[in-house]
Amino acid sequence: MNAPSKSTPMIDIQGIVKHFGAQRVLDELDLTVRKGETLVIIGCSGCGKSVLIKHMIGILKPERGRILVGGTDIVPLSDARLLEICSQFGMVFQGSALFDSLSVWGNVAFSLTEHKRGMTHKQIDERVKYCLDLVGLAGTEGKNPAELSGGMRKRVGVARAIAHQPDIILYDEPTTGLDPVTGDTINDLIIRAQQTLHATSVAVTHDLHSAFKVGDRIAMMADGKIIAVGTPSEIWESDEPQVQRFLRIAGSAVFGT
Amino acid sequence: MPATEHVGAATPAGPLSALGARLASRFLEFITQLGGMIQLAASALVISFTHPPKWREVVRQMFNFGVQSAPVVLLTGAATGAILALQMWYQMRPLGMATAIGPIVSLSMANELGPLLTGIMVAGRMGAAMAAELGTMRVTEQIDALRSLATDPVRYLVVPRLIAGVVMIPLLTAFSIAIGILGGFIVAVHLKGENAAFYWHNTLHYTDPGDVWVGIIKAAVFAMIIVIVACYKGFNTSGGAEGVGKATTGTVVVASVTILISDFFLTNILF
Repeated sequence: MNAPSKSTPMIDIQGIVKHFGAQRVLDELDLTVRKGETLVIIGCSGCGKSVLIKHMIGILKPERGRILVGGTDIVPLSDARLLEICSQFGMVFQGSALFDSLSVWGNVAFSLTEHKRGMTHKQIDERVKYCLDLVGLAGTEGKNPAELSGGMRKRVGVARAIAHQPDIILYDEPTTGLDPVTGDTINDLIIRAQQTLHATSVAVTHDLHSAFKVGDRIAMMADGKIIAVGTPSEIWESDEPQVQRFLRIAGSAVFGT
Repeated sequence: MPATEHVGAATPAGPLSALGARLASRFLEFITQLGGMIQLAASALVISFTHPPKWREVVRQMFNFGVQSAPVVLLTGAATGAILALQMWYQMRPLGMATAIGPIVSLSMANELGPLLTGIMVAGRMGAAMAAELGTMRVTEQIDALRSLATDPVRYLVVPRLIAGVVMIPLLTAFSIAIGILGGFIVAVHLKGENAAFYWHNTLHYTDPGDVWVGIIKAAVFAMIIVIVACYKGFNTSGGAEGVGKATTGTVVVASVTILISDFFLTNILF
């Protein structure tokens, strides 16, 4: 396709196919995520964006195709090996998916306490405090997830995802369900997390403002395929009719154009 | 065109074949679920030995099992023993066999009623709670979140519950047997005036430790059934709050029926 890029691929998805019942959700989909970039996948609700992101971390398995993470194809891996690969990832879920049975501290510390990483309790505590500080929630360690607002839960979700310093961070609809102001603080947070951790980030969203603000590159998904990939300006000027339609409708709401 | 003709030819099939198709799909679903549960049980058993869970979590689950189920289990055991003694007194007294009431109550409680009723009660109490908890975790993506944090959901969620169940349900059963025998004793001796010494003597004479072991072994098997069915149903929940409701009721029905069926075979094997 393109001339070989200087940046190496972190995640390389090749021709994956996934059905739910009779519905073909992913249809011979190809996508490359470069090391260190923030790639945003946009598309209509229900077009399979979340399904795609769950394939990257091995929560879902494709029926066909390959998913290379750092050069290793994760599709044929055993469950145990897959979990090892998972430790390179941090994922922020659409509904935050905080563990109800644990406090904020327990949630953020989860990957550090659950997997012996040679850290003392004091070091873990410092790391948890650092992560909560990064997302602007210092002092909430003792709270229960049920006591937090939607935006705060999202931010704790981000803190939990970055606590173990992952190489790749996945965001599933990070701003959905939040008011524009809170949504924008999440955008800033994604950018800050990127700058502090130098991780590779993949975000899935139908929020154009968010996509154009945080994305180094944007991929548009429709009908189970990636129909366009490029820098924000390339996508904005794309002559692909479906991209144009999506940008026109969603963009007029966001940018008033 | 040919495709539409083909579909058209298949649809006007009679109600019988529609029933057949439904039965076939039900059967397929049954086999899929059974396979899934056996697979879950196998991997949970292997992980219990290869990667033991954190003891804190096991103790927490034991507490859940014990404290939450104890009142209902003890009440059922006491009532069953008392009612059985009363019923037997009316049947046996006219035949002059009131001395047999003690052994009948203790043998029935130890071999059959203790484990069976405990199993059914715990399936309703803990099985439902477990399926609802794990089902909610599934639909709110908490189980996916566990995986994303490199944690095996079977190890983190199923294994502690399995160990806690296999320890606590036999223990609850032992209490149920004991309190059932006590209930029978109170009814026969204090309510109906049978001789206390004869009652105890006959009870102890005809009841072996082996009878209690039968009950304990049955209870351990029922514990596995309850935990595996509940965890499987919880893990495979879909469709939001409604799905959680379905998983919960489904767990109670499937676990209770499986307990009843396996009880028949266990009774056959253990005697």
